[in-house]
Amino acid sequence: MSSVYVNRPTASPQAAAAWDTRRQLLTNVRGIGGRAYPRVSGILRERSWLFFEILLPFMTTSGFVFVYRALHAPPAYIGFVVLGGAMTAFWLNVMWMMAAQLYWEKDQGNLELYFTAPVSMMSILLGMAVGGMAMSFARAIVVLAIGAIVYGVQFQIEQWALLLAVFALTLAALYGLGMVLASLFLLWGREAWHLTQLTVEPIYFVSGLNFPVGRLGALGALAIGTIPLAVGLDAMRQLAFVNAPGLGGTPSPGIEAGILVVMTVIFIGVARWMLTRLEMLARREGKLTMRWG
Amino acid sequence: MPADTTGAPLAIDARGIRRIYKTKPPVVALDGIDLQVEPGELFGLLGPNGAGKTTLIKILTTLLLPSEGTARIFGFDVVTRTKELRRIMNMVAGGEQSGYGMLTVHEQLWMFSQFYGLGVREGRRRVEELIEAVGLAEQRMQRVSTLSTGERQKMNFARGLLNDPWIFFLDEPTLGLDVSAARSVRDLVRAWQAAVPGRTILLTTHYMAEADELCERLAIVDHGKILAIGTPDELKRRVQRESIFRLEVDQLDGGPATLARLPGVTSAVIAANGRQEGDETSQTVAVNLALEGDAALGSVVNALGGIGSRIVSLQKSEPSLEDVFVELVGRGFDEAEANGSPSSGGRDPNDEPPAHAERPPTGEPAEVGR
Repeated sequence: MSSVYVNRPTASPQAAAAWDTRRQLLTNVRGIGGRAYPRVSGILRERSWLFFEILLPFMTTSGFVFVYRALHAPPAYIGFVVLGGAMTAFWLNVMWMMAAQLYWEKDQGNLELYFTAPVSMMSILLGMAVGGMAMSFARAIVVLAIGAIVYGVQFQIEQWALLLAVFALTLAALYGLGMVLASLFLLWGREAWHLTQLTVEPIYFVSGLNFPVGRLGALGALAIGTIPLAVGLDAMRQLAFVNAPGLGGTPSPGIEAGILVVMTVIFIGVARWMLTRLEMLARREGKLTMRWG
Repeated sequence: MPADTTGAPLAIDARGIRRIYKTKPPVVALDGIDLQVEPGELFGLLGPNGAGKTTLIKILTTLLLPSEGTARIFGFDVVTRTKELRRIMNMVAGGEQSGYGMLTVHEQLWMFSQFYGLGVREGRRRVEELIEAVGLAEQRMQRVSTLSTGERQKMNFARGLLNDPWIFFLDEPTLGLDVSAARSVRDLVRAWQAAVPGRTILLTTHYMAEADELCERLAIVDHGKILAIGTPDELKRRVQRESIFRLEVDQLDGGPATLARLPGVTSAVIAANGRQEGDETSQTVAVNLALEGDAALGSVVNALGGIGSRIVSLQKSEPSLEDVFVELVGRGFDEAEANGSPSSGGRDPNDEPPAHAERPPTGEPAEVGR
């Protein structure tokens, strides 16, 4: 008989179920690490991302670079495009590997295991986010580095701390939105796939991935107030290309950082609320337990 | 709080559980289930696909709310005390494809260990122990996507034991496995449950022999209702109104009618593959005997001695759980699975499709039809 079979650290089920706050907290933290692990290990294991997530998007970015050069746009615009290309990694990751993920987890049978484990679903989603950020960060850095070298992008940075803070806040708000969308997409079931495809390009456009969002006027202002990618990218451009032409018409980076803080708090709060609602709804209607519900 | 004879809460205490799926038309998956399982029992739910077994497990594992009724696991209400309950239970389903194919067996189990709050090192140690225990040492660094179905189910079984659960729910754990893999999983179930007193298992299956072999007690479920509860022997005795024997003799002058006339013998017929009168190719004659009781066997033996017949073999035929099912619902298991659930308007949406990849041998003589 294996020793593992006779392992019994607690005297009764009641004692085994009585966890203190510290233990629950630790479990939630460990759950984040556990769920992040497959994504982080995937960076090294599935090398295809080098092609699909770096080379192909870089070609898109390059297309815009050549257009701007042909139009004799100011050199800073090349930098805008390269920065936008780098941030695309995070947006794609949020849409495909956050928003649509719970739906796929359900289809695979993982979702019910997450729900029946003593870890919170917020930890699972945070784990997905942390793992996704690690994946996308690698891609973003490579795109940025290649862009800077190949196209000679000159960054002009005066406030490094604020730039890094805005970057971190952009990721927090983006992945917070991803957590909200994950619950929504789970409710919408199979339509999630189509919804993801439908939203990718419009968001690219209104976020100003390849041009300063201020050029969109009222639409740009609306995007800055609602889409984390738009506001984060605009703030980073202002901070990475100081005094560059074409960046007017939007709030200062400080204000935009504040907007990102508010977005993060709202998105994470909403995500938490939605997950609780979703679990109750799923238990009531049986949606979580049916693979094609 | 309902408790067993020692005052401890019951492992499972379900009362009046109903579950209706709001489809069109509505599906009544469970219709007034009452179930009490003692701590330390290996309890089985036996029924055809669509009977409601999986729905009941989903309710008990906090994945579904009952439409009516209450259920407690070790005193924890499955509706309101989910946090506590999820710390002491685990579940494994047949055909489970959970996890991520890109990970190795070790990594996959370690990942799940983190969801149960095991520390990084503690998780690794536990995973190593479980990999060894379920016999996956050779596959520990193999990617999950490359495992065979049987290996995968062993890994799932190990996953279910990561938190050393007090109650372990097994939903058709051998579904789709070949005979050898299924036997291996059944051995694991038995070994784990027997190792420590108090470990409780609720197992659903539609394999009769599996239920018979593993379960201390079981409930026969159909159309969302429990039709009978008891030990496999108790259930079989319900349908055993006669003692059935298969008798093999070297010769039987006068044929089976000689035996049928004896007191206490209800019927005596040549067994389906027994030698018929005039058949000179077989060396023995096989007869199925139905007796009012075992005591009548004495007069049969005496009569055979009187006519010079030598007994080659004598085997008592026990009724099977299938016989019990037929007696209770008036149709066979396969028929029930083919027809679905008339009262519920269709299959239980949670139940898996019928699978016949593995049918454990029943051990009963094939010719003893009842």
